[in-house]
Amino acid sequence: MRTGAKLYTALIFIFLYAPIAVMLFFSFNSGSSTAVFEGFSLKWYAELFSDAQTLNAVKNTLILAVSSSAIATVVGTAAAFGIHHMKSRYLRQLTMSVTNVPMMNPDIITGISLMLLFVFVGGMMGLATKLNFFTMLIAHITFSVPYVILSVLPKLRQMDVSLPEAALDLGCTPMQSFFKVQLPAILPGVFSGMIMAFTLSLDDFVISYFTMGVDFMTLPVHIYDMTKKNVKPDMYALATLIFVVVLILLLLSNRESSKDERMQIKRLKAERRRRLSLHKNKK
Amino acid sequence: MKTKLIELKNISKAFDGETVLDNISLYINDKEFITLLGPSGCGKTTTLRIIGGFESPDCGDVYFDGKRINEVPPYERSVNTVFQKYALFPHLNVYDNIAFGLRVAKVPKEEIEPRVSEMLALVNLRGFEKRNVSLLSGGQQQRVAIARALINNPKVLLLDEPLGALDLKLRKDMQVELKNIQHRTGITFIYVTHDQEEALSMSDTVVVMANGKIQQIGTPTDIYNEPVNAFVADFIGESNIIDGVMLSDYKVRFASEVFECLDKGFLKNEPVDVVVRPEDVDVVPVEKGMLSGVVSSVTFKGVHYEIIVDVEGFKWMIQSTDYVAPDETIGLYIEPDAIHIMKKSEFSNMFGDYSSFSDELDHLSDIVEDEE
Amino acid sequence: MKKTVAVTTQRSLFERFAAAPHLVWSVLFIITPLLFVAYYAFTDDTGAFTLLNLSAFFTDYFGIFLRSVKLAVIATLICLVIGYPVAYCISRAKPHTQKILLMLIMLPMWMNFLLRTYSWMTILQDKGLINSFLGLFGIGPLHILGTEGAVVVGMVYDYLPYMIVPIYTVMSKLDYRLVEAAHDLGCNHLGVLRRVILPLSISGVISGITMVFVPSISTFYISQKLSGGKFYLIGDAIESQYLNNNYHMVASLSLVLMLILLIGLAIVNHFTDEEGGMVP
Repeated sequence: MRTGAKLYTALIFIFLYAPIAVMLFFSFNSGSSTAVFEGFSLKWYAELFSDAQTLNAVKNTLILAVSSSAIATVVGTAAAFGIHHMKSRYLRQLTMSVTNVPMMNPDIITGISLMLLFVFVGGMMGLATKLNFFTMLIAHITFSVPYVILSVLPKLRQMDVSLPEAALDLGCTPMQSFFKVQLPAILPGVFSGMIMAFTLSLDDFVISYFTMGVDFMTLPVHIYDMTKKNVKPDMYALATLIFVVVLILLLLSNRESSKDERMQIKRLKAERRRRLSLHKNKK
Repeated sequence: MKTKLIELKNISKAFDGETVLDNISLYINDKEFITLLGPSGCGKTTTLRIIGGFESPDCGDVYFDGKRINEVPPYERSVNTVFQKYALFPHLNVYDNIAFGLRVAKVPKEEIEPRVSEMLALVNLRGFEKRNVSLLSGGQQQRVAIARALINNPKVLLLDEPLGALDLKLRKDMQVELKNIQHRTGITFIYVTHDQEEALSMSDTVVVMANGKIQQIGTPTDIYNEPVNAFVADFIGESNIIDGVMLSDYKVRFASEVFECLDKGFLKNEPVDVVVRPEDVDVVPVEKGMLSGVVSSVTFKGVHYEIIVDVEGFKWMIQSTDYVAPDETIGLYIEPDAIHIMKKSEFSNMFGDYSSFSDELDHLSDIVEDEE
Repeated sequence: MKKTVAVTTQRSLFERFAAAPHLVWSVLFIITPLLFVAYYAFTDDTGAFTLLNLSAFFTDYFGIFLRSVKLAVIATLICLVIGYPVAYCISRAKPHTQKILLMLIMLPMWMNFLLRTYSWMTILQDKGLINSFLGLFGIGPLHILGTEGAVVVGMVYDYLPYMIVPIYTVMSKLDYRLVEAAHDLGCNHLGVLRRVILPLSISGVISGITMVFVPSISTFYISQKLSGGKFYLIGDAIESQYLNNNYHMVASLSLVLMLILLIGLAIVNHFTDEEGGMVP
């Protein structure tokens, strides 16, 4: 990159990271101001960890993220497999269009529409509280599944079409062929889809906001409530911790994909070595 | 005593209304090396897939050892396949790939080990057990694929263009090795290829296919020396295919001359296709020639020169070790046993003239690329 | 073609029905809820048909709606102008650097946007970081918070990565030999950009525009925080009606928002192929 380009990119990164840096910085502030740094202290972290409500929200968020991403991964992987094998082009396109809806629709519409469904069905069943953990779980699964499908489908397309046939040829039933051969081949896609579903669920505010019940509050909704009041730096401490968690998750999913790439490079190198040795032998 | 191991009876198959196999009947003997040979789209791979159980025929029956197996799924057939691009399982190493079939069949561990090493020895891959299959060379992957299939002791091994992805030198070596393996194991090999040279050099029996039909079944020498129609003559080796008229037994007229030949049993004055192989035409001085023509091009091919000669507008291909100059007028001499007479067929007049030789080559290579 | 036929001719039960749970789920929780939006939009509390909810949109919410569109369009354009060169610069970096830069662009995307937005609030407020900094030079304090500009800054900040990533994805796949060919054929740098790079990256630009515009126009948190409660966007209107339990008005506003976006997407889809690189 030329200097101008470097400078420009650097400027953009400063813009992107300035607010985060501010939060990181002031989370260690001993005073409660978010503009004047009074001295280093970990008191906001201490406060954060003694706040039962926040801790409970973290626990809820994790419960929801783990259960919704687990279900979404199973449903989404199976769906990708089914879609990949769909015979009718029309049906496949229709399925993909419907799958795309939660990704294309603004979150607020997804949230509102699910909320209206839950309210209506709950009203029909005569329930007093219509929204609860399960409505939120349904909502999270709904918006996660498309991402799992989209990360598994390319892996299925890349897979050698003869692999499942080779498995059948060597005595596998179709079920065994799926678990022994095809699933291992698409595992990187399944894994990154799962991480994506997990992260989306952790991070989601808008859809959760409209579909959650009063008894099960997740962290983003809790943050929303907190930022309605005047914020103390304990929220910044929380932001710092979230930043670290996201960083780790991103590195993890990146490592998985670069493992693939490293394999690719290794293969190319082996090929080149072989060519070279052939060449030398000829001489 | 030869026994029929596999029999296909009146098999037809269409994909999306397009006929791929048109009423094919074929039997395959035990311990035989049989090759399905033909251009892309001729139905050879589909035939193989029907035997393997990956496709079911629209009509017709498949018999194995006398039993009808149309509905038997691939995993219950005692045939194994070596796939075109090997289809090795990327998540397993060499050992685990080869042991795969035995493990699925729940063979005890202590039995698997000696059998895998036996296979590794058979395909010359001892010491490769722990290797990652995607880091092997094409030839090595090929061997693993063969070992992986053979370890299950199949009655029949199906090979779908197994050498297609290898370079020329390696392909020749592997041809010899495959043939050896077949001898040692005594397993029936059904081999699919579009490479006629491969088919001729390896097979006991060659089945030439085109347009979803079997054109000819025979030994490699039969197929080469006695092609039944213009397609087979053109597809196997180089041939000059000329319109002729059978005047009587042992007498044929073509290129405005009458020739002696060894064929009989045609109607009087029946129109026929005459095949003359390029290596069977001798270049002689004009006055000694049975035909004469003008050399339009000469190409050096290493063992011989490839000469295109214009005889009354029909371009002959001649292979000769002697050089002739372009535009020179030369005589051609053809022995009676070099002339092969075929009945007219749907393929008559489609092949045989070398006037558009280079175009034809381009066309052929297009087809090969399409197939990959 | 031969291959797809081959795979699909003999399908196991599992292959046939693996997508079934997802299909049932989609009908129940994607399609049906959207029908409920329409149902609520056209009914009143007694369940009777009414057009009052929709007419209320034109009488009471039209101004809010126009402001939402205006701010979202401005934010999207700014993202495009800022983001396009960034995507280009990243795509020209060394492969390893590209990966790191891309990760740095995506990192804020995964971080809680409420906190990121809130951070801007503290930066922009009258006693915030910027004004304390300017105060050192005796300038200000500037009242940035509560202006439309502040809301646009928030939108640009939150959604800029959604513009950069799809454009980068397309550009990184661009065959650099095309650029060399264009130079060879006499294009200068600007000519190459206009005649080769821009037309080839248009699908990324279009996904980027959609991915920024959709959340910008429907946001309700950014405006709440950065406008200092001074003005409303369409998202805020929906939220406040939700808090009032007026589900019919909520549905009506959502329906209009959705229809507008659908029309917009139809126009956009006109320019993109099946896989226009929508996923980050």
